[in-house]
Amino acid sequence: MSELVSMRIAYGQALVEVGRKYPDVVVLSADVANSDHSYLFQESFPDRFINVGIAEQCLVDAAAGLAYAGKIPIANTFAFLFATRALEMIRTHLCYGSANVKLMGAYAGLSDSFDGPTHHSINDVAVLRSLPNMTVLVPSDAVCLTKLMPQAVEWPGPVYMRLNRNEVPVLFDERYEPRIGKAVRLRTGKDVTLVSNGLMVSRCLEAADRLRQAGIQAEVLEMHTVKPLDSETLLESAKETHALVTVEEHSEIGGLGGAVAEAVSGICPVPILRVGVPDCFAESGPYSEVLDRFGLSIERIVGMAQQAIQRKSSGRFLHDRGAP
Amino acid sequence: MHTHDPDLVRDIAARAQEMRIDALKMVFQARSGHLGGAFSAAEITAALMFHHLRLNPDQPEWEDRDRLLFSKGHACAILYSAMARRGFFPREELGTFRCLDSRLQGHPDRLKLKGIEIPAGPLGHGVAVGAGIALALRMDSSKPSAWSAPSARASRAKVYVLLGDGEINAGIVWEGAMLASKYRLGNLTAIVDCNGIQQTGATADVMPTEPIMDKWKAFGWHPQEVNGHDVRQILEALDLADEVHARPSVIMARTTKGKGVSFMEYDHRWHGGVPNRQEFERAIEELQKGLESCRN
Repeated sequence: MSELVSMRIAYGQALVEVGRKYPDVVVLSADVANSDHSYLFQESFPDRFINVGIAEQCLVDAAAGLAYAGKIPIANTFAFLFATRALEMIRTHLCYGSANVKLMGAYAGLSDSFDGPTHHSINDVAVLRSLPNMTVLVPSDAVCLTKLMPQAVEWPGPVYMRLNRNEVPVLFDERYEPRIGKAVRLRTGKDVTLVSNGLMVSRCLEAADRLRQAGIQAEVLEMHTVKPLDSETLLESAKETHALVTVEEHSEIGGLGGAVAEAVSGICPVPILRVGVPDCFAESGPYSEVLDRFGLSIERIVGMAQQAIQRKSSGRFLHDRGAP
Repeated sequence: MHTHDPDLVRDIAARAQEMRIDALKMVFQARSGHLGGAFSAAEITAALMFHHLRLNPDQPEWEDRDRLLFSKGHACAILYSAMARRGFFPREELGTFRCLDSRLQGHPDRLKLKGIEIPAGPLGHGVAVGAGIALALRMDSSKPSAWSAPSARASRAKVYVLLGDGEINAGIVWEGAMLASKYRLGNLTAIVDCNGIQQTGATADVMPTEPIMDKWKAFGWHPQEVNGHDVRQILEALDLADEVHARPSVIMARTTKGKGVSFMEYDHRWHGGVPNRQEFERAIEELQKGLESCRN
């Protein structure tokens, strides 16, 4: 098992780093700085930290105002609040008005597991990626997060970054160089492609190991950028393996799975199976057990990969029979 | 207090009336738009655009410009007219209002039309966004401390938000009001166009907000009340608001919805109503008469 690192601490440190590097960065919080660790920035740059209170709509609108006046605001609250409570502000000002605001969605997915479904965020990617001009990032580990942060700051226009609350396995070392909009091929394989982001990348790597023991070569793509989606790498892989499985800590409706299906289905129609949280609210409980219970176990990834491989065989059969 | 030249006051009143005529033509031609709240805001918009705001139409993105956040975006016909007459774009373009390929969208679009500060239409954003802008301007003007980014710029720019009295039903307005108060944003002024009527009826019936002066006061703002069709009162209130440095200011401008056209006044149906040919001609005639009396 690889080393575990807290995403929250890594985030707070990354925030201080970008604060040092970019004088126009200001940080806003809806009074959760000790949860998401943006208090580290507050300690370093008190004059550039704004606590708007428990007012997420105001958080986004005030950030938009700062952006309209040339600052690079980084707004912080829980992921579900951005995607649901403050959505109209995001649409109108960040996306339509092109306010250069970076949204940091803390405690995303099921990672605030004990607090329960009111605090889980399993629709944010679907909601936010449907907005024109939005960029959606889901870092897989602390290294990825740390390396994407300055890129998010420099990226022209609004960015939504989805952050895990907990300690997650370190997947990468310093040689890893993620680029916004570019998928990373972590494993090569010819039988099936696992497309994933966030914590689920580590589960996909474990699933790929198990599949190998069963003689199946699974390709693993880290899709840390859901929008703009790297459809080039995706199609390349689809043409090679003819079977895709998307794996994400998000509803199986409209997230990475939806994005992949949209990009692939019209050009290279191969079976695409989606591993995500079924269309329901989860429950409180220990993180790993909640993940397992609500559709995200390694066993399920393995099973879906096998199913995808079976479907492509039967699909090919049907195609052959239909051919003249 | 600075007294304003009677000629200036008269000139602004006449421009407001000309803007009403423009707006009427635009909405009549587009067969859609919002006249009632455009007419109530005419003098306020004219006072800001033609006198109070420090602007440069040739450099709409000049960093030290004053910002007008036209939060009641549905009334933008009056804003577009004022901008055209102030030199932001050719007046002929007013005829493209709400047409495909026009910069004059049904509600303001800040990317298409330079000089528009914020997209508006969904009501309630102006105060909170304005607080953000005011904070940024103040950061740029404050002395660099050991903790803050060094900045040599000292912005004198101020932020003005024009919103409606129906608009203040929205909770986000009060979130923004608290934020502005917390950070003592003396460079932020809100002007509430209190025309007393919103889409489906009187504000007093739809959602009572009185005593509205007390509410803003309780939120830490410096309140003033004026007749929103009296240019002199508007100009004096804006001057006074600029003198309040330690907290945000609000000017409650008491106005008449549909002001200037007798059959539109006080009638919520003219919030988004479009005149037929006969109504249009009658309205033009009344507005022309009003314009003549402004000039005399």
